[in-house]
Amino acid sequence: MPDAANSDEDLGTAVLDGFIQLAGEWVSQKADDRGVAWFRGAIRDVAHAANERPLSVAIGLAPRRLGKADLSLSKTDLTRAEALRPGLDLSDWSIDQLVRVALMAASHAGDDAAFAARFDSFCATAEINELVALCRGLPVYPNAALIEPRAREAVRSGMKPVFEAVAHRNPYPREMFAEDAWNQMVVKAFFMGSTLWPIQGLDDRANPRLARMLVGLAQERWAAERAVSAEVWRCVAPHADNEGIAAMVRGWNEGGDKERLAIALALRSAPQIRASLPAEEIASLQARLASEKMNWRDLT
Amino acid sequence: MTATGSPPFGTFACDSGSLEQLLGGSTLSCPCCNGRLTSEKLARLLGDVQRLAERGRVTDANRDAQLSGTPLHAGMIIDPHAHMISRTTDDYEAMAKAGVVAVIEPAFWLGQPRTTVGSFVDYFSLISGFERFRAGQFGVRHYCTIGLNPKEANNEALADAVIDALPRFLAREGVVAMGELGYDEQTAAEDKALRAQIELAKEFELPIMIHTPHRDKRPGTLRTMDVLKEHGFDPTRCVIDHNNEETIREVRDRGYWCAFSIYPNTKMGSERMAAIVKSYGPERLIVDSACDWGVSDPLAVPKTARLMAERGVGAPAIRQVVYENALAVYGLNTEMKEDHWLAPSAIDQRTLYEGNSVLRGGQTPRIEAAARSGDKLEIN
Repeated sequence: MPDAANSDEDLGTAVLDGFIQLAGEWVSQKADDRGVAWFRGAIRDVAHAANERPLSVAIGLAPRRLGKADLSLSKTDLTRAEALRPGLDLSDWSIDQLVRVALMAASHAGDDAAFAARFDSFCATAEINELVALCRGLPVYPNAALIEPRAREAVRSGMKPVFEAVAHRNPYPREMFAEDAWNQMVVKAFFMGSTLWPIQGLDDRANPRLARMLVGLAQERWAAERAVSAEVWRCVAPHADNEGIAAMVRGWNEGGDKERLAIALALRSAPQIRASLPAEEIASLQARLASEKMNWRDLT
Repeated sequence: MTATGSPPFGTFACDSGSLEQLLGGSTLSCPCCNGRLTSEKLARLLGDVQRLAERGRVTDANRDAQLSGTPLHAGMIIDPHAHMISRTTDDYEAMAKAGVVAVIEPAFWLGQPRTTVGSFVDYFSLISGFERFRAGQFGVRHYCTIGLNPKEANNEALADAVIDALPRFLAREGVVAMGELGYDEQTAAEDKALRAQIELAKEFELPIMIHTPHRDKRPGTLRTMDVLKEHGFDPTRCVIDHNNEETIREVRDRGYWCAFSIYPNTKMGSERMAAIVKSYGPERLIVDSACDWGVSDPLAVPKTARLMAERGVGAPAIRQVVYENALAVYGLNTEMKEDHWLAPSAIDQRTLYEGNSVLRGGQTPRIEAAARSGDKLEIN
């Protein structure tokens, strides 16, 4: 019977292998014969490489050989990805991103630490689109803890697409980031002009410290006479202290239709604050949210 | 050659390559000595005649331009030599407004020598990473060339390490050539680095951008071309940059793309550039700004385009030297395509060219239309 470490390793490699197999299948459907042949050859070369050169060349050439078209996977295929690795969301990936992640995955030669070092080194020198692709692949790579420093580095990036490659439609932060890192990522989304709704696990990982940070952000924006994103209240409501409740009241009083709908939506999971806000209006907005099937995506 | 009433030459390619084709198997002899006129000699003769003819035409064209008074449409512009990491966001905005749709950032010296290979690696990553992102936020597409410049080739141990690190960068997206390569003081160490990198360019099927030396320029330029030839490097895949009136003839005659950096005082001026385009015609000529951390002008290319129009250079010729020629040679490895600015892929629109974190702090983001027509761009 294998011990725990071994079975973890097998599990990690199973995701890698499964991903490379799915990628091969989708590339054969979506690329021409030359592109498919190039992909197969590149995966083979990378898997048997004696040095980093085949991987760096193949990762560089991927869009030149296969283009950058959207993958546009069918519902069935998206479900297969999700079944392979819970949370893996390829809904807005392009073919070159799929191939770049498959190439990185194929470079895994049985040693997780060596793989993590290679991944880190490639991210450190990556061209921007390479970096976006490599980060989108975070949930696929084995031994997730080893690559956590690089994932955090990516959400520190000043490049919005790099930030979003980790933050959006990606189960990695929810699973791996400690609370401080998680909170920094969520708050930074507002500073990047990004959105919260594509972040996985937002409600599960809401916490009092994050709520306070976001209230601070709202106050700062009000002081500068800038708009406060309606999404702020989603992470404030479940853990609002008195200051948080006061901020939500101000948000309600100063907000337009969208902001009030957002507050009503946030209150669904935080009924304790309702007393501070007009109950009837909230109830009517919540009825509207239900009847019009509105969610956070519609309120940004 | 005819002697009818119309001007004898239009914009006429008088380089030896084109003339060799024109001559085919036939021969021409010199009217005074009866010796055989080679395509090279013929090119020089025709070039001189063309310059004489152009001189007469200038005044006519100036008069026409003044009479018409119509706004100038210079269309889309590529600045194929711009060190954007040294420039401000104001520069990007001004360039975009003036019609610059794409820039090429050649790897070069930073004003002070680097001391470790890591500094080079980070620099190559920067010009293919964050700078590419920054440019995209202003609607300017950003490409780069990768290479060890001749100044820093003189630290030999470091140079070897840098050349070893280059392959990781050469096949990547947005890398359109190796450069700036060439000579500075023409030392043995510079020679070694140049030759090693010419071989890398061949291996990675990349064009080359050559930096020609400031000091001892003409011999240095000739030597560079000799070395390229020795290595069997195809001149039609190579741009020789920072040319002047003393170097243009040999560079074009040998079949290279011939670039001019409109850089105040030290390299080339707009007036001289306009005169060169009129004299030599637009074939294989390229105008760039070489703007960097020195006194230089990121709008040098659009300004020169405007001046050329004022001096009577036709719109197609201007378009060739400020856009088409750069696209032809730096598009050879297909990493730079017109589609990138006219019809970017959906993924690039969603990520690289959307949104804005460069203009922080409540400023209004610059929103680019997903695709736009080049005809809508004009220089006022």
